[in-house]
Amino acid sequence: MTENQEKRPALYLAEYDSPEALAKAAMRVRDAGYQKWDCHTPYAVHGLDEAMGLKPTKLGVISFIAGMTGICLAILMIWYMNVYDYPLVIGGKPPAMSSFPSMVPIIFETSILLTGFGTLFGMLAMTKLPRHHHPIFESDRFEAVTDDKFFISIEVEDPKFDLDRTRSLLESTQPSHLELVEEAA
Amino acid sequence: MATLQSLKTPIKELGETHLLPEGTTFHAITESISRVTENPAPRGWWLLFIPALALLGVMGASIAYLVTVGVGVWGNNAPAYWAWDITNFVWWIGIGHAGTLISAILFLFRQNWRTSINRFAEAMTVFAVLCAGIFPALHTGRPWFDYYLFPIPNQMDIWPNFKSPLLWDVFAVSTYLTISVIFWFVGLIPDLATLRDRSKSLLRKRIYGFLALGWRGSHRGWQHYERAYLIFAAISTPLVLSVHSVVSFDFATSVIPGWHTTIFPPYFVAGAVFSGFALVLTLLLIVRAIFGFQHIATMKHLELMNKFMLATGLMVGYAYAMEFFIAWYSGNPYESWVFLHNRLGFGATDHYGNWGPLYWSYWAMVGCNVIAPQFFWSKKFRTNVPFMFVATIIINIGMWFERYVIIVTSLHRDYLPSSWGDFTATPADMLLYLGSFGLFFTLFLLFVRWIPMFAIAELKSVLPHAHPDMAELTREEKAGASSELSPAPAE
Repeated sequence: MTENQEKRPALYLAEYDSPEALAKAAMRVRDAGYQKWDCHTPYAVHGLDEAMGLKPTKLGVISFIAGMTGICLAILMIWYMNVYDYPLVIGGKPPAMSSFPSMVPIIFETSILLTGFGTLFGMLAMTKLPRHHHPIFESDRFEAVTDDKFFISIEVEDPKFDLDRTRSLLESTQPSHLELVEEAA
Repeated sequence: MATLQSLKTPIKELGETHLLPEGTTFHAITESISRVTENPAPRGWWLLFIPALALLGVMGASIAYLVTVGVGVWGNNAPAYWAWDITNFVWWIGIGHAGTLISAILFLFRQNWRTSINRFAEAMTVFAVLCAGIFPALHTGRPWFDYYLFPIPNQMDIWPNFKSPLLWDVFAVSTYLTISVIFWFVGLIPDLATLRDRSKSLLRKRIYGFLALGWRGSHRGWQHYERAYLIFAAISTPLVLSVHSVVSFDFATSVIPGWHTTIFPPYFVAGAVFSGFALVLTLLLIVRAIFGFQHIATMKHLELMNKFMLATGLMVGYAYAMEFFIAWYSGNPYESWVFLHNRLGFGATDHYGNWGPLYWSYWAMVGCNVIAPQFFWSKKFRTNVPFMFVATIIINIGMWFERYVIIVTSLHRDYLPSSWGDFTATPADMLLYLGSFGLFFTLFLLFVRWIPMFAIAELKSVLPHAHPDMAELTREEKAGASSELSPAPAE
């Protein structure tokens, strides 16, 4: 991106030195009624759900559905392959669903496999990753987020965003640094 | 008021300490762990990496030889159709289990000390399962037809037999590998982002940036991430128990005396964890010495791992004893015969030289697995690094013998003396086993060199004061006591 390119504000980025300072600030931003804002931390800080007023994640529902799908698919697969399409009588076990116990290990493994994929892709979808470009990366200070600094970002898309009012709200939380991050228009 | 924070504070009077040395900062953790991937490799790394590569070459040559000449280059023959190959398979799979135990089961039990070793152990799981997979894949004789094992249409127009424990194995092991890789990768995402943000060169930034998926440490992301991590731990726990149970079904569902026992699934799982912990510790001691990580993998961690080995070693010893009890109590003469002659070596040989000639392997197993860990009752041995290094290697030798005893001594003397035979390993057997160490150590050394070998983000979260005391903050907020902040601007 060249220097003379047109730029427009993308988000405010406030930097804090400790998780307590971040949590206090988060409570204030939450109470001010912002929607499109986020905390950025080097590790999962417990208690921020409450400080940010987030609802519990629904990821478990996706995993559960994926796991149940795995069970059904495995039963269907074994039934089709060993009972319907090409019945196999081995070890005196009938080629019908009455030999169900011998199917259990594969049903179990398949359901675990699908739960795993469901959880992985569910998590990626809910966190909106992979996303390799984000205006927040325009800030050089933001590199410390994976080291030892804590950040709050408030995006311009937020209905309550206002260049001056949002700035004074964030200033009132006494960040160690505050900047307006701009992206190419 | 006993808040969560104060409950987690160590009680000095009881000799409890923080997990990491007092005064460790977030930055110090980032710095010491990422530095390994950024600085040139220390000499010790090269001293291990070059032999590992050479062994990998041995593996390649040995596989090429086996594929060109045929599976007959191994010593397996009637009646011991399974020998070193399946022994090595079970041994490697078992090694992997400690990784999942540490990353999943200890996570569910909130054992925070696991954060110093879990990344490591997970990597070990993935590599060990890869090594394990080689053996049965080659043992099929014509590995280019291995796809017959999967439920995909093939030219014979026949489907796999889902009632066979060998097919359960295919599903269990491939699921285990897939889930272990996913679990490992998910755990890596925040740490890859750390490396991305520290990158000086564009190439590093691109590679780590690509792998970090654009991670921004966002709490809305962490929320789902942490739940995903919990779910992975919750599914990996039954998975790891099922994998070695299924491996043991390969034996337990047969009718061979010495195999046909119900104790096999728990016995195999305990043995797997036992040997896996031993290998994690061997590797940890090496890496700790090469890269100087004594402040992250502290003596406290080592001691806890030794306690684990003592506990699982006792379980394994109990299973050995119980096998003897059942051999007697069942009244099955074949079973008691196998245990008395084949294993213990009573009346070692007759004039044909025919009683259990492999009985020495049973005693090697008992010596390594039951007697060696007993030293860990004493704190002096639990905290003695050279001693534990030797002990972990002895334990892994013992666990290899355990599988060898189960597989070969049971097979080469079963019901009919007319179908008895002998087993001798060939150089091809030995070279492939040796070569599998080459694969394992090459992958492992590349891992410690290029990927954060300790979980940076997780280690930060176990530091004291890593988490705000929300109860306290809310109370302050209500009382209007958050006075060091200036008042919020009015709307």
